[in-house]
Amino acid sequence: MSYVLIIGAKSDIAKEVARTYAKNGYNLYLAARESSSLEDLKQDIEVRSGVHVELKEFDITAYETHENFYSELGEKPLGAIVVSGYMVEQKLAQKDWNESLQTINVNYTGAVSILNIIANDFERERRGFIVGVSSVAGDRGRKANYIYGSSKAAFTTYLGGLRNRLYESGVNVLTVKPGFVNTKMTENLDLPEKLTAEPQDVANDIYNAQQKGRNVLYTKSIWVLVMLIIKHIPEFMFKKMSI
Amino acid sequence: MSLISWGMYPKIKNQKFSLRDRASLSEYMSNTNECIPFGNGRSYGDSAINEHIVYVKPYNNFLNFDENTGILTCQAGVLLSEILDSFVPRGWFLKVTPGTKLITVGGAIASDVHGKNHHIEGCFSECVEEFSIMLEDGTIKAVKKGDGLFLATCGGMGLTGVILEAKVSLKKINSKFINQTTIKTKNLKETFEAFENNKQLPYSVAWIDCLAKDENIGKCLLMVGDFADDGNLEYKSKKKLSIPFNFPSFALNTLSVKAFNWLYYAKAPDGISKQKVDIDTFFYPLDAIGNWNRIYGKNGFTQYQFILPKENSFEGLQEILGEISASGKGSFLAVLKLYGKENKNYLSFPIEGYSLALDFKIEDGLFELLDKLDEIVVKYSGRIYLTKDVRVSKETFEQGYPQIDKFREFRKENNMDSKFNSLQSKRVEI
Repeated sequence: MSYVLIIGAKSDIAKEVARTYAKNGYNLYLAARESSSLEDLKQDIEVRSGVHVELKEFDITAYETHENFYSELGEKPLGAIVVSGYMVEQKLAQKDWNESLQTINVNYTGAVSILNIIANDFERERRGFIVGVSSVAGDRGRKANYIYGSSKAAFTTYLGGLRNRLYESGVNVLTVKPGFVNTKMTENLDLPEKLTAEPQDVANDIYNAQQKGRNVLYTKSIWVLVMLIIKHIPEFMFKKMSI
Repeated sequence: MSLISWGMYPKIKNQKFSLRDRASLSEYMSNTNECIPFGNGRSYGDSAINEHIVYVKPYNNFLNFDENTGILTCQAGVLLSEILDSFVPRGWFLKVTPGTKLITVGGAIASDVHGKNHHIEGCFSECVEEFSIMLEDGTIKAVKKGDGLFLATCGGMGLTGVILEAKVSLKKINSKFINQTTIKTKNLKETFEAFENNKQLPYSVAWIDCLAKDENIGKCLLMVGDFADDGNLEYKSKKKLSIPFNFPSFALNTLSVKAFNWLYYAKAPDGISKQKVDIDTFFYPLDAIGNWNRIYGKNGFTQYQFILPKENSFEGLQEILGEISASGKGSFLAVLKLYGKENKNYLSFPIEGYSLALDFKIEDGLFELLDKLDEIVVKYSGRIYLTKDVRVSKETFEQGYPQIDKFREFRKENNMDSKFNSLQSKRVEI
């Protein structure tokens, strides 16, 4: 069975995405920094699903290594899923340029760097799929997290363009926009229960949407409505609001 | 976001610590005065509720599986459903499973859950070969069958420490189907006879119509069965419906329960009928509806589950069912089950006899009714299931569990009582 490459495999969402693809018979490349810390997950997936898992050392902000990283994968993957993300508190990002830069580099620049390489290969081979995990935070700039949000907005736009470009070669690109997810990243936030998804549900949604060749996925689906409303509040009102 | 129990009552603010590795748990425990482990929140009452919660579910890696012995080693946050997803297609099933697969392995041990085959296989602890647990001072103990810590922890409601990993033995199956026989009975006497006549079969459970009156008291549908042998193991969890919001509290009343029971019993043909049903239908009918607890409305509900020794079961159940039917407080779910010998664990629920589980929505007058039922349970030397409980008094509880003092002493000796507590443990002082 084919391989799926998961970039940023350490996150809670990535862990469940990996398990979901493995459960459906895909072998996995799990790519992350200090990938040896993923030994437990590798063991877990192999016991659960009996597929083959390879851990790959990968730093999304070390752009110069990306070409090599991809060319050294033994068997080229059938699909690539970018889950990497960096979220810093807005106030800190405003004060500390390095935090802002890290946000942009992980969420946008690094993702573009590796996906450019993968997209060229998939286009040439006329097969494969790409999934990018963006965020509802990219749908509109809000004072509460616009630095993170703008990096995701850029990523969303990139994925849209990529989808447009790759359509002809039969490569589907899925943009995933999770809302609140109950993960390590959000552990200390007080999230509204009805709008908060579990990582397993997000992973299932991603798998189903990707298999069906969908373009954009909001998860939970209630976020379609929430963001529809938020996007349509006129700017002269929106700027006075705190949401 | 506060974690609440399946009964959605009581709701209190709590802070959770998500368990991901041993080192941070040990650090967390040394900085926390009091906490209680929490799995997937399927205990009905307050047994996993406190202001500080160790949320074990994220700790859920499979570690090893031995194809020869069928022993799975996994972390405590693994759900039973995950075990089934992986192992039913390979021909393995849980030796003991409760009526939901959406509980963690750690929770199954702490509640020492039982299934439709208790009269043959006993409790979940029977298939636990060993486990490891973090104690109040951060040390980790490997616990084997028969150890004092094993007897206290299995059924110990998380009050001895945080279970980390367990070795669970699975059983071989050769089909995802169960050959089920449904027997329709007219009253409690017939129900008991049907149970006794079928007790050689591994699985049995009865749905009681608890609003039936007088000579119809105890009328039921008894389902018995065993795995088929057709080699079909293509198991995939079914897609589930979900109840999207809490139903208004008037939605569930005597009339709607009557209507439900009428439909349910009318659906089954008279006498004895045979069906071939899959694992999910037979073992986990309610899991097919996500958040089914919401049908009871936002005030929540509770499950009242008690067990009576065999020699008192008939009389006791007659009396209790009579009391419920007279009160008019209904329950969609009234599940009657036959149990085999009790084990040696200090607080495990099952004893040899019959147990009845009933759901009630929380409303005025309910706790008074349940207090009355408690008196009958005590009168017939029965006991209440802590995993389902949210209101039992210390006195009622104590009378049902003769080993309670042993458990209390064990907790005290090992300083567990200062660190691990739930609302329930404080209420019944264990």
